[in-house]
Amino acid sequence: MKEQTVFEIKALYRDDFRVKGYTFGSGEKSLCIVGSLRGNENQQLYACSLLVQKLKKLEEEGRIAGGKEILVIPCANPYSMNIKKRFWSIDNTDINRMFPGYSEGETTQRIADGIFKNIKDYEYGIQFASFYMPGAFVPHVRIMKFMDYVEQAKEFGLPYVILHDVRPFDTTTLNYNWQVWETKAFSIYTTSTETIDKKSAGQAVEAVLNFMEKEKMIRYCGDEGYHSRVVDSSRMLTLRTKDAGFFECHVQPGERVEKGQLLARVLQPYDGACLSELLAPEDAVVAFLHNEAMTYADTAAFKLIMERADEIR
Amino acid sequence: MIETIAQVQMPVDEKLSIRRQRLRADAKKDSGNRICIVTGIHGDELEGQYVCYETGRRILENPHYLTGTVDIYPALNPFGIDSVTRGIPAFDLDMNRIFPGRKDGDMNEYLAAEILHDMEGAGLCLDIHASNIYLTEIPQIRINELFKETLLPYAKLSNVDFIWVHGASTVLESTFAHSLNSRGVPTLVVEMGVGMRITKEYGDQLVDGIFSLMKEQGIWSGPVDRVRTPVVSERADDVCFLNAPVSGVFLKQKSHNSMVKKGECIGVIINPLTLEPACEIRAPESGLLFTIREYPIVDEGSLMGRIICNAPVVSSFL
Repeated sequence: MKEQTVFEIKALYRDDFRVKGYTFGSGEKSLCIVGSLRGNENQQLYACSLLVQKLKKLEEEGRIAGGKEILVIPCANPYSMNIKKRFWSIDNTDINRMFPGYSEGETTQRIADGIFKNIKDYEYGIQFASFYMPGAFVPHVRIMKFMDYVEQAKEFGLPYVILHDVRPFDTTTLNYNWQVWETKAFSIYTTSTETIDKKSAGQAVEAVLNFMEKEKMIRYCGDEGYHSRVVDSSRMLTLRTKDAGFFECHVQPGERVEKGQLLARVLQPYDGACLSELLAPEDAVVAFLHNEAMTYADTAAFKLIMERADEIR
Repeated sequence: MIETIAQVQMPVDEKLSIRRQRLRADAKKDSGNRICIVTGIHGDELEGQYVCYETGRRILENPHYLTGTVDIYPALNPFGIDSVTRGIPAFDLDMNRIFPGRKDGDMNEYLAAEILHDMEGAGLCLDIHASNIYLTEIPQIRINELFKETLLPYAKLSNVDFIWVHGASTVLESTFAHSLNSRGVPTLVVEMGVGMRITKEYGDQLVDGIFSLMKEQGIWSGPVDRVRTPVVSERADDVCFLNAPVSGVFLKQKSHNSMVKKGECIGVIINPLTLEPACEIRAPESGLLFTIREYPIVDEGSLMGRIICNAPVVSSFL
């Protein structure tokens, strides 16, 4: 394992801002994995730290394939993590809205540029990503729709491969720009963001190792994982809250639910009266759930993968 | 007349309402034309507050000149204004990246959709911003090149000092102005002053421009002041950016709206801890300094200023 500083800025009163990378093996740029880009992505950093441990051990045992180089960048934004702020410390900009970056631009554009220069030539790119809404996900790998590497996405062995449409704001994300530069890009979502969920972090790491083994980057014999089901995100059913109030959730991400089953209740915050109930409209799997104490009205409380929905392929 | 255009129930005994003030001509004089004055998408940008008030005040002072409808929306992001927050509090979301919204979407998408719906059919809209808390700007209008042909004539009547026609970008498709322009309502984005403050002089200047636009739209029959001729920048290399080469404390030596010569010192970056010699920031080109940094702390890369260097009107000044 070789440690390198991928990008650095000198600060006024803080320690230098450093983005560190860990390289395993040498040769063609095969795979780059990026962990947290935002200051609240503790789970994404944790998953990367587990992966670094695993790859270090595999390298020591001589199980990294010859001619393959793997780069892991556990954290692209240590400044924000250390002050528990989601976005950039001084101007609240989001590094994951600045790719491909600009070396002569503003600070987060320079950070994005400094990172991207080092990672844009890899054949595969994986980001441990978090969702823009607060909530918990069933672990899955996500790629943009119309990409021709769905079969490779299945190699992770995660329960679901989710295909999503590109929205205007996606065009400045790491995942999108990797694809523009012809890197096959995957986003891996685990259950949590701010809190550590050891089980799903371990599952994500196992998934990356499965992928690497299938792509002949490492020799590894782990849990084969799932036969992934491919789901178009536009065909997932979103259940919204009718009322605002306390959100009393009765299910877990990944749970299989039956038609008519109680998923959550919204309670009046002063007298505890039940304002409304959210029931499963069909047999389904809970892909995403809102996990905050309170909810607004019309909030996407659940995203469900319908049991009877057609497989894409 | 104050009307609520969208409302959502909050969890704990409160409703979030987006409201507008509608000033309408008597039926006999009403041309049927409408202008929308909009501000407060970013909750820490307050320059538009005075513009909304002063526009309404002048109309109420001489209501007989009103020949159309003026809709004033002073707070598209009321929670942001209340909490000195640029984005939408609780969501960490920039409201100016969620348009056109969706009526069946979440609370914010729903509000965005209702806001656009309410403004459809208007003849003109001004979306007033105030730079941000870091930079001071001269009064200016920014136009996406996609809408240049439609918007430039209106912008020239707005009494601003500068019109900046900038390149199209996919990420800007989710802004309020892009969405409304796409629906056929010409929408001008005004930037002026600085975040968290109100510059009355700039507000008065823009209000004069709004009355000039209202006259052109057949909404105002009263006298209006002659508008100033703005500098117009249409090429990417017209504008030079000054980004901090080092982190430190920026002390400006030039004010915005100053003409500067190539090589002239605009400010210095000092380090009060190391006491290293100050880093001088010099103008890379001659031109009009239309943006200057107000907030002194800079990281490497922070924007400290912008200069219009090649626009024809500027050249004639130098």
